[in-house]
This record gives sequence, structure tokens and C-alpha cells, in this order.
Amino acid sequence: MSALDTEAAVASAVPDGRRRRRPMAGSLLVGGLIVSVVLGMALLSFVWTPHDPTLVNPSARLEKPSLEYWFGTDKFGRDVFSQLLMGSRTTLFVGFVAVGVAALVGVPLGIVAGMAPRWFGELLMRGNDLLLAFPALLLAIMFAAVYGAGTLVAMVAIGIASIPNFARLIRGGTLQVMKTEYVIAARAAGRGPFAIGLRHVLPNVSSLVIVQASVGFAIAVLAEAALSFLGFGTPPPTPSWGRMLQESQEMLSSAPRLAVFPGIAIAVAVLGFNLLGDGLRDRFDPKLEDRR
Amino acid sequence: MTAAPDTAPDSGAGSSGSPDDVLAVRNLDVAVGGRKLVEDVDFTIRAGERVGLIGESGSGKSLTALSVMGLLPEGLRATGSVRLAGVDHDLVGADEARMSRVRGKEIAMVFQEPMTALNPTMRVGRQIAEVLLVHRTRPDRASARAAAVELLAQVGLPDPAAAAHAYPHQFSGGQRQRVVLAIALANDPALLVCDEPTTALDVTVQARVLDLIVRGVQDRRSAMLFITHDLAVVATACERVMVMYGGRVVESGPVREVFTRPRHRYTQGLIGASDLTVVDERGRLVTIGGSVPPAGQFPAGCVFRNRCASATEVCATRPEWVPTGPDSGYACFHPVSEPVSEPVSESGARGTGMTTNKEAGRG
Amino acid sequence: MIVRLVQRIAILLASLVVSSVIVFAFMAVLPGDPARVALGVSASDTAVAQLREQFGLDRPLVVQYLNWVQGLVTFDPGNSYISQTPIGPQIADRLQVTLWLVVTGMVLACILAIPMGTLMAVRHRRPSGLILSALSQVGVAVPAFLAGILLITVFAVGLGWLPANGWTPPAQDPVLFLKQLVLPALSLGMVQAAMLTRYVRSAVLDVLREDYLRTARAKGLRPTQALLRHGLRNAAVPVVTVLGLHLATLLVGAVVIERVFVIPGLGSLLLDSVSNRDLIMVQDVVMIIAMAVLLVNFLVDVIYLVIDPRLRVGAS
Repeated sequence: MSALDTEAAVASAVPDGRRRRRPMAGSLLVGGLIVSVVLGMALLSFVWTPHDPTLVNPSARLEKPSLEYWFGTDKFGRDVFSQLLMGSRTTLFVGFVAVGVAALVGVPLGIVAGMAPRWFGELLMRGNDLLLAFPALLLAIMFAAVYGAGTLVAMVAIGIASIPNFARLIRGGTLQVMKTEYVIAARAAGRGPFAIGLRHVLPNVSSLVIVQASVGFAIAVLAEAALSFLGFGTPPPTPSWGRMLQESQEMLSSAPRLAVFPGIAIAVAVLGFNLLGDGLRDRFDPKLEDRR
Repeated sequence: MTAAPDTAPDSGAGSSGSPDDVLAVRNLDVAVGGRKLVEDVDFTIRAGERVGLIGESGSGKSLTALSVMGLLPEGLRATGSVRLAGVDHDLVGADEARMSRVRGKEIAMVFQEPMTALNPTMRVGRQIAEVLLVHRTRPDRASARAAAVELLAQVGLPDPAAAAHAYPHQFSGGQRQRVVLAIALANDPALLVCDEPTTALDVTVQARVLDLIVRGVQDRRSAMLFITHDLAVVATACERVMVMYGGRVVESGPVREVFTRPRHRYTQGLIGASDLTVVDERGRLVTIGGSVPPAGQFPAGCVFRNRCASATEVCATRPEWVPTGPDSGYACFHPVSEPVSEPVSESGARGTGMTTNKEAGRG
Repeated sequence: MIVRLVQRIAILLASLVVSSVIVFAFMAVLPGDPARVALGVSASDTAVAQLREQFGLDRPLVVQYLNWVQGLVTFDPGNSYISQTPIGPQIADRLQVTLWLVVTGMVLACILAIPMGTLMAVRHRRPSGLILSALSQVGVAVPAFLAGILLITVFAVGLGWLPANGWTPPAQDPVLFLKQLVLPALSLGMVQAAMLTRYVRSAVLDVLREDYLRTARAKGLRPTQALLRHGLRNAAVPVVTVLGLHLATLLVGAVVIERVFVIPGLGSLLLDSVSNRDLIMVQDVVMIIAMAVLLVNFLVDVIYLVIDPRLRVGAS
């Protein structure tokens, strides 16, 4: 017996839960909480905002935070808090579509690459790696140059750029599943690749998909913010956290709070999705507990 | 429990002070959280003596070895005392600075997995030379390199000069284990600890590596603590053997004596299970009934009683150590009285007194 | 070793060809008529036809593609549709600026991340390690441009220590160059460092569990010595991969940072070309960035061969 046995001995000697470290369990909780808050903000904005977030009000320009305007107003007199509420909708919308595109293409690609003959799988992965040469922002700018800036363009670009992450992870998971005895048994029993993929591989890699979706959401939120900041994202007047930041830049000396609120919103949302992803990863695969 | 700690498996008297002793382990406990994985282990190894430590996985034998080295995994804590001749402090609880002066010089270790025990990104010669330079047993790099080549020759690698220049992945498992052995023997340690050094090797290679280890320690007059679950290996490599189960030493004595006339029921089962010529009445190989409980979940009293057919109520209390000689003894309320070759059948019903997979029997 | 190297070069070349086809196809096939796009809807048909002829847009796509590639390979990509000025020198100029930014940012990130990540791994069970871990988690969530805005708010607007924006070539005024470089490089570097720290941490944690580290300690090396001598080189393999991948992120991050700090780099050129509808310029800049990413990936592969002797073996 050596390192392995010793570790097994240690693991079995410790009551369940003792070995799981608190911060990891915490990340699931905190992440879930933050994501729920963002979700709640978006839902709330459908039924209520303190002011019309797009209403330009010259008489209330650059108001400081008050009971009337909780987070103050911007240079056009628009209520910052209302804009933040509406902006969460944009953020979530872009995230959903981008992650959806990435998962819809990346997951089948990863499964096929994992089940196909080795050379074909490698070829697919090489092609997949090639996509890494076109990060989300670059793709979005390319798309914008051709089709003009817009939410749809941003979402699709971010989605396409996220495909490689999904495909690579899912391929790894598929390769593992393909080595398991139940798959070998299913193949021996004459089950076709399609049935095996659907019945054995997909359910077993679904936890990976969920984890990557959460992390991918964080990436999408960051990318959307950057694109809107550059003016390639959501066009005005639809509020967006990234554009709020961009508009705040010229007022940095007089009203830095205009940058602070959307800045915090972006950072906290990204933090939430990252934590949720980490927490889910630990939940699904406790062996990885100490990583990341 | 009248006699709280077991008396030393070797001679109870004067064992700690004898100038001949290389290693003296006293009341060694290893615990994680509140659970004891190794309990009250007591033994002494004399200069040049080769001692085997056998037991199934989870018996605590590796943890005992790692406590001696001070290399327990994070979270595990050893208490008790481990003294090494020529070292003026206890190895248990010694700080890293002190321990690092002892490791690799006074005590060295050969690990089970040769495939992962070497740094894949460093040339083999440098890995050997390092142990000489760390302890300043060679004055400079050049002479350490030369010594490394010499050591590689000693462990029987063909073309040692070229081998020193190669990376671990260029060697087979057996060859890597030779390199690990060269590192361990480099500073002529007083004690060599081997943790299943041949288990991961091909059967054909095992004997040769084992022979090298034994010759290596004999040439250096080093003592050896050899951990394995393979009784045949112990029989060839060691003079004395200790049997561990459930974190305790349950029997100890000269190899010949323990293997031919085991006293503890567990030892008897172990020997029966390793004898491939013996089968039960249904023609099956003999095994010990049940399985090793998870570490720290052994029964109170005699740790073996839940797998032992001879167990009675008295076994719920802890058996005392019964010395049978200067270096031997056992801890059992119902020791085997006859040689193992004759079936024991006091309880008739089970027939041969051996057990199969199905039956929980006695050993 | 040589076999491996040739293999990697072949992969690089193939990737370059494929990505150039992607970029070309995307810009040339999908959008309709770049000349029309460049001149705008109001332009007369004759003007459009003239521009098409001038830039060879009336020729078959294969010819157009080969011409374009030839231009890239010979470092003479021709003139812009809009300004009619040569593209090559402009890109070279801007690339220099961006490289300063990216390289400084990356170096800063490494200086911060490697010791921090190692410390976090070694102390992963102690409060100090956990606090650092939490901090890095927060750092990852802050986009570079937000970090830039915050840095400007504090150090330029608030304290007035450093200029809020602008760019001066180092040859012209080294001191001003450095002053203007600090904040943008820090914004890129800090965010990058947060991400990198986490990878360094997990790589070192993996290595800490390796048997050879225990062997090293059994030899008489202290834990820190063992980690430094035997661990770091092995931990470097996954970290170098991430570094390579993240250089791509950094290049793109620079696009945004250049906008925040008003720096005339490749990113500004790209954004300006997009708003000017200068499609050939966009195509070239995108290709340059993609090339840079692929080249870095190639270098990462080569560095692997140097770090890990196991990979040098010819057969897979």
C-alpha cells in the first residue's frame, strides 16, 4: 500500500462532510444567491421600475442618490437604478442565448469527437482549437463590421466563441464515459452509436454541461459588457451595464458613482456565475475539491 | 485493561537503551481527527537487521513507515516516540529542518510506485546526485555526478554513464525502481524503509529487484524495514516479521517461526490464504472470511474478532501481548496451538477449519 | 525532438491557412460588396465599379484570396479602400503600441500571479490561502476596462499621479511613455493576474500531491526546497498552456483598454476601421490578431518540448 491506499484510508476514516471544505460549499450558496438576485432584478424590471429607465429628464441631470433617485441620475437625467434593473435583462438575455448557441453546437461536437475514431476526433479538436484564435470580442467586431452592431450579433458572436470550451470539456468527459463498462457492454450488445450517445454519454456528461454553462454565462456577461462599452453591443436606448459604464467615462471627475454602480453590477454578476460554476463542479465531482 | 500498552514485541527488557538498536518505536499512534489508524505500535530494529511488516491494505503498515520517515499525509498526526540511533531527538514531532537532515541520510525510503516516484523533468543522474549534495556527503557537483554513476552501476543498470544522462520515462518500471533504490542507498543509511517496493513490478523483475535491495542493505550493514503483503517476499528478504492488522501489531517473531507456527488467528488466516496449494473441500482457494473494515472502524477489543471464527466474548476486551521469546509474541486470547499444516477442528462443524469466500470462518 | 518540431510547424501552417480562409470568406463572401459598403449606399454605380476594379474585387474569389495572402506574406497588403493609404506601415505602427501594452501586462501578471498562486497552493488549508483565493475570485470578475476606469478615477482623477490617457512613443519621451504605460498595463495585468493565480494554484496543488515530491522530501529536501527544485518546472506545463491561451484574451482585452486610455494601438485601428467601414483594413487587422494567437500557441507547444522531456519522444 502506498500513497493511494493511504489516501483511501484517510478518506474512509473521516466522516462524510468533514473533508469537504467549507468555502467550497459556500461558493455554491453565495453563487446561487447572487445569480438569484440578478434573476430577480430582471424579473422585477418587467413589472416595476422606480422610473422609466429610458426617460430623458433635463431638469434632473446628474442628481445625487436620494429617496427619489436611489442611485442618482446620469447626464441625461435618467434614473440609474432603473437602468440597472433593465440592464440585468439585457445581461441575462445575452448570456442565455450565447450559452445556448455554444452548448447546442459544442456539446454534440464534443460527444461526436469523443465517440468517433481517434483520428477524426483529433481532427475535430484541431478545428475546434482554431476557433480559439477568434476570441468573442474579435468575432463580435468582425460581425459588427459586416452586419452592423446589435444585440443579436453580440450574442451569436459570443456564443460561437464559446463553442471550443464546451466541445473540449465534453469530449474529455465522453472519452471517459466510453471507457466505462456499461458502455462497452452496450456496444457489445449491438447498440448503435446514436443510442449510446443519447442514452449513456449525454446523461453522464450533463453535469459537465451545467458547470460549463454557468462559467460560460460569466464569460458572456463580461463579453457583453465589453462589447456594449465599445458600442458594439446593445444599441441605445435599451439600457445595458456595459454602455452605462462607457457613458460614465467622460464624467469620471465629476460623478464617479456613475461608473461605480454598473461596474459593481457587472463584477458581482460575473462573480456569482463563477462561484455557482465552481460550487456545482465540487458538488458533482468531490474528488476535485481542492482545485480552483 | 490492566497492562495498558502492549509490551514490546521484541524483548521487553532494556530494548530502548541497547546500543545495538537502530530504530526504537514506542507507543506509536497515528490519528486523523479523533480516529486512530495506528495504535500502540511498539518495535525495535537492531543494526543490520531485516524486518518485514506484513498485513492487508488498511492495516496501517504504510502509515507506520511514513511516521518513521515523518512523511505522513497532511491531516494525519503521529504521537508516541520514534528514536533513531545517532539522532539526538525524537522523530515524532520533530520540525522539518531537523527531519530533513535525517531523511535521505540516516533513514531512506523506497516507495511502491516507481513510475511516479521520480521527477519526470530531471535527469536521473542529477536526481541521485542531489541526495548527495543536499547532505554534503560529496563536496561538489562533479564528484556527486561521478558517485551517481557509480551507484547506478551498483544497482545493475547497464551503461550507467548513459543512464545518468537519461530521463525517467526512458526506463522501465524495474529500472526506475533501481534508480529509486540508488537514491535511497546513496548515503549508506542506517535504516532503509521499503514500502512494497516490488508490488508494482512485473513478476519476472520482482525477484531481481528484491535481491538488489537485500544485497544493498547487506553491503552497507544497514537495517531494513520492509513493508509488503506478500509473504513469500518477506520469507526471502527478512529475518524477522511483524504482522499488522487494524492498526496494531498482532504477532511478531522470526520469519521461520511465524510462518510455520503462527499463533495469532489472523496470521494463520493470512498464511492459509497465501498458500495456493491448499484448497477447501469444495476445491476453492482458502481466504479469510469477510473483509478489512474501513480504517478506524475496527471492533473494540481484539480488532480481528469480527472476522475470527474462534472469537468469544472475552475478545471484546483487548488481548494482551504474550511474549514467546526475546523477539516474538502475539496478542490473542485463542492462539493456535498446532502447526497450520494440520487442520484445526475443535469446532468440528466447519470441517477443515479454513474458510471460503462464502463462509465467515476462522483462520 | 526534430520530428515533433516539424509536426508542430506543419500544424501552425495548416492553422494559418485555414484561419486565413475563414477570415477571407467571412469578409468577402458573406457581406455582399465591400466597395459598396466602403462608398456607402449613395455612391454612384460607376464609382463603385471603379473601386471594384482598382482593388481587384471583380476578379474571381480565388484570385482575390491569393492576392490577399500574397500581400500578407510579403508584408505589403496594399492600400485601404477608404483612405487609399498603404495598410502595412499603419498596422506595423499600431502593432508596436499594442505589443508594449500586452507584453507589459503579461509580465506584470506573471510577476503577481506565480508567487501568489504558489503561496495559495501551499497554504490552501490556512486562512491566508483562502483569503487570497477569494480575492482572486473577485479579481476574475472585474473586466479589464472596469479596472482601467477605476484606476483612472483613483490615480489620475483623484490623486493626479499619472496621466489619465494618451500615448507617447518611448523614443520620443521615455519618462512620459512609462507614465502613460503604467495604468493601462496595470489594468490588463491585474485582471490577468487574478485569472492566472487560480491556474498556478491548481497546478501547484496537483504537483504537491505527486509522488516525486515525496521522494524529494525523503531525500532530505525541505518542503519549500522540494517544491522549488522539483515542483515548479512540472507545474509550469499547465500554466504555460494557460498563458498561451490568455495571450489571446490579452490581445483582445487591449482593444478595449486602448479605447479606455485613448491609445493608438491595433485595437483603435480595428475599431476605427469598423466605423469607417474599411473592410480590407478590418480583414487585415483581424488576421494579424488571429496570426498572433496561432503563433503564440505554436510557441507554447515548443516550450512544452523544452520543459517536459517526455514529449520529445517521436512516437505518440
